[in-house]
Amino acid sequence: MHPLSFSIAHALPETVLAIGALALVLVGAIRGEKSAGLVAELAIGVLALALVVIFVGAKSSADVFEGAFVDDQFARFMKVLVLIGSLVSLVLSRDFLQREGIDLFEFPILILLSTLGMLLLTSANSLISLYLGLELMSLALYVVAAFHRDNLKASEAGLKYFVLGALSSGMLLYGASLIYGYAGTVQFDGIAKALTAGPQIGVVFGLVFLLAGLAFKMSTVPFHMWTPDVYEGAPTPVTAFFASAPKMAAVAITLRVVTDALPGLAHEWRQIVMFISIASMALGSFAAIGQTSIKRLMAYSSIGHMGFALVGLAANTAAGVQGVALYMAIYLVTTLGVFAVILAMRVQGKAVETIGDLAGLARTNGWMAFFMAMLMFSLSGIPPLAGFFAKYYAFLAAVQAGLTPLAVIGVLLSTVAAFYYLRIVKIMYFDDPAPAFDVAPLSVRVVMAVSTALVFLFWVYPAPFVTAAANAAKAFAF
Amino acid sequence: MTGFGILSAITFLPLVGVVILMFHRGDDAATVRSIRHVALWTTLATFLVTLLAWSRFDPALAGFQMVESQAWAGGGLVYKMGVDGMSFPFVVLTAFLMPFCILASWEAINTRVKEYMIAFLVLETLMLGVFCALDLVLFYLFFEGGLIPMFLIIGVWGGKRRIYAAFKFFLYTLVGSLLMLIAIMWMASFAHTTDITVLLKTQFPADAQKYLWLAFFASFAVKMPMWPVHTWLPDAHVEAPTAGSVILAGILLKMGGYGFIRFSLPMFPDASHYFAPLVFAMSVIAIIYTSLVALVQEDMKKLIAYSSVAHMGFVTMGLFAMNQQGVQGAVYQMVSHGLVSGALFLCVGVVYDRMHTREIAAYGGLVRNMPLYAVAFMVFTMANVGLPGTSGFVGEFLTLLGTFAANSKVAFFATFGVILSAAYALYLYRRAIFGVLDKPELANIKDLSGREIALLGPLVVLVIYYGVHPGPILDASAASVAELVKSTQSVAAAVKSAALAGH
Repeated sequence: MHPLSFSIAHALPETVLAIGALALVLVGAIRGEKSAGLVAELAIGVLALALVVIFVGAKSSADVFEGAFVDDQFARFMKVLVLIGSLVSLVLSRDFLQREGIDLFEFPILILLSTLGMLLLTSANSLISLYLGLELMSLALYVVAAFHRDNLKASEAGLKYFVLGALSSGMLLYGASLIYGYAGTVQFDGIAKALTAGPQIGVVFGLVFLLAGLAFKMSTVPFHMWTPDVYEGAPTPVTAFFASAPKMAAVAITLRVVTDALPGLAHEWRQIVMFISIASMALGSFAAIGQTSIKRLMAYSSIGHMGFALVGLAANTAAGVQGVALYMAIYLVTTLGVFAVILAMRVQGKAVETIGDLAGLARTNGWMAFFMAMLMFSLSGIPPLAGFFAKYYAFLAAVQAGLTPLAVIGVLLSTVAAFYYLRIVKIMYFDDPAPAFDVAPLSVRVVMAVSTALVFLFWVYPAPFVTAAANAAKAFAF
Repeated sequence: MTGFGILSAITFLPLVGVVILMFHRGDDAATVRSIRHVALWTTLATFLVTLLAWSRFDPALAGFQMVESQAWAGGGLVYKMGVDGMSFPFVVLTAFLMPFCILASWEAINTRVKEYMIAFLVLETLMLGVFCALDLVLFYLFFEGGLIPMFLIIGVWGGKRRIYAAFKFFLYTLVGSLLMLIAIMWMASFAHTTDITVLLKTQFPADAQKYLWLAFFASFAVKMPMWPVHTWLPDAHVEAPTAGSVILAGILLKMGGYGFIRFSLPMFPDASHYFAPLVFAMSVIAIIYTSLVALVQEDMKKLIAYSSVAHMGFVTMGLFAMNQQGVQGAVYQMVSHGLVSGALFLCVGVVYDRMHTREIAAYGGLVRNMPLYAVAFMVFTMANVGLPGTSGFVGEFLTLLGTFAANSKVAFFATFGVILSAAYALYLYRRAIFGVLDKPELANIKDLSGREIALLGPLVVLVIYYGVHPGPILDASAASVAELVKSTQSVAAAVKSAALAGH
């Protein structure tokens, strides 16, 4: 039993977010409609404060709150990613929401609450806290998906996401209850101790349902159907948020559940993870080829990338965890950059979203075309860009674990994916110019430039990121 | 030695030029002039530093020289550079050809000049890095990174079907390279390092070698290119701007051959012996088949592209003969082909800049108005044929000699390639240069300008110089090749005795 202060010290970022969100509700309620700008700025401040707290806070590992909550290197690594994702999405959203006339103070608060859910999820150490974190995250996400409520597509996206999300939560809960039934505890370490003997069929059922629920949150095949519609329908900054922060949390908890709670079922869950991984890579690569909307294309691309990240998880080694952590970090930076570019796609004040609108960008806006081209090459994993290192470490882990066929399938599918990333480069560089874009707001330009710089210059000094990911992997006992 | 040394300086010097170019703005004539000059002086400076490195290079040493290493990514990867007798000639060749590429684009490229020069300088860094890298992942980084600038060069400044050619080039090479990447990962997890000097001493299990060899082969055979995966090359050559073709033929193709020498032969000797007949067969088919294809081409660049495939067939054949003459001949052939094919593409560029067509039928009788051009073209055509006294002869002769010692039937068939190459090269020369000058468009065609003489002159001199005095290149590679041959042959002997013992 730890004293409460000790527990709070290990959950300080969550505490900051919770108090911040509640305080901002008050600010919004008291100051009314006009407070949107102020609340957004304060929310950005709260997220930044949480980030600072992680960096200066406790460095030790501990199970707190009666073992429901774990604070370790891995959790801190993924939390930094989640917070960066939320923070940057919020920064990107300001200008867009004002232009679309949906600049309400609820938006930043919902983002904060959702982020709080993600942090809890990342640190969850029992099935109960897993479910609580997941639902806190998801409920806020359902609302922000439909935030543009007068827009038919946004409402459709929100409703679709809610119905399917509720279904997946149900499945997850069912799976969790089966596992609890066999293990007699909801704590991950307890489950790991209880489920060592040869797997019973009921446990396998529980595992399948649990992973189905998590696969939905990661948007991996075969639970990906919502992704393209929600990505396309939701307002673009919300899509940027969806593509970044929740993915980090979902991958983090999947990794933690299978490695911490279910090491005894490694043989079973590795098969499932491999299937999900291959199917996601394949679907992400082939289905994106025919897309004309850049947001839909990014949806399929994200499905594919989750598949690539899971290659590392399938290895079930420390190197694999390192690969996944690094993959998610690089994917986060790249995807935020891409969405900054998408947000900058405005012709005479109107947002445009087809790939054709990028035509000839190299001549109308050379820098933006260069940023986008580098991000696309990075997503297709061409060295020396960061995306190459992401794939290298994930696949290296798989090869070390004897999963060479999986790695071969992965690289072959990544060539297919390279085709549609190249198509975007081709449209920007080789085609005749479409109407030029308006000058993007400063925040959007900064995000693009910083994210490209990180992706582009990663090879110069990759050591800190690689080492941080390696340290994160030490949180697990293999 | 740790820290950075002269090889890093050579490799990253072009990037300094890129940074300077970044600060150029605008499209006016003065800016464009300055951009061209910056690019030219950057490549010349790189070449000078390379010459300095050459003066420090000791050809008597078999191992790696000028080695530098530096901690890089945490965990395993090291930034390690170094050269030996098999890689250094290519470093010099690359640094030497780059100023020619910039000069060749002086007047031909008028749109987006800044981006063009940046792409070329970045490409130079990546190509030099390939030949200097002593870490597998670092090698792969440079090897594959070259795709990005080359994709843009073909796609933006290329001819009519440039987009098709750019995609074909990119995807073909990518598939091959990614398979190699998996093999690299396997080797890294087997040997727990990606340091090439260590991997060269690592014994890989014989059955794994076969898969590793095939994976590397997938990459290098495409890059080389070997029949039947050569089809991207004619498209890429035809559509690329002149300087792009020079780089493709002169350097990028050599990366395949370099890869065989550096990785396939020494690291997987068992598999190399096992697969040598396959390589011989593919090489002979390439030599004869692509020579025949070259005979019927109507497009000058396509003809030279097919002849490149044929000449690379000699290289692979010589390499897998795995004896001193064969391997040294292959290295020589690659360097010589880098000069000769580069020069031939420059020659095509000269008339293309004037007439904007590469159809052979559009020319004829050029010798009447362009005597200087006719002389230069003649020298390069003869070198392409392999006439004694030109650099082309030495390489072809040595590879055939080496192959004859290893497998006389292969050498017999490959010799037909020499005859066929004379046929298509002289046929091209006759159609373009000789004959009557009856086409009205050609009536006022001008002979070489001062810039073009500066471009082709040094190459003429070098082609002849290395034809009569091949010593410098052969000596540079002799010690390293001897070491390589010794190690592969001892393996061959071991395999043979094991096989005999089994019977």
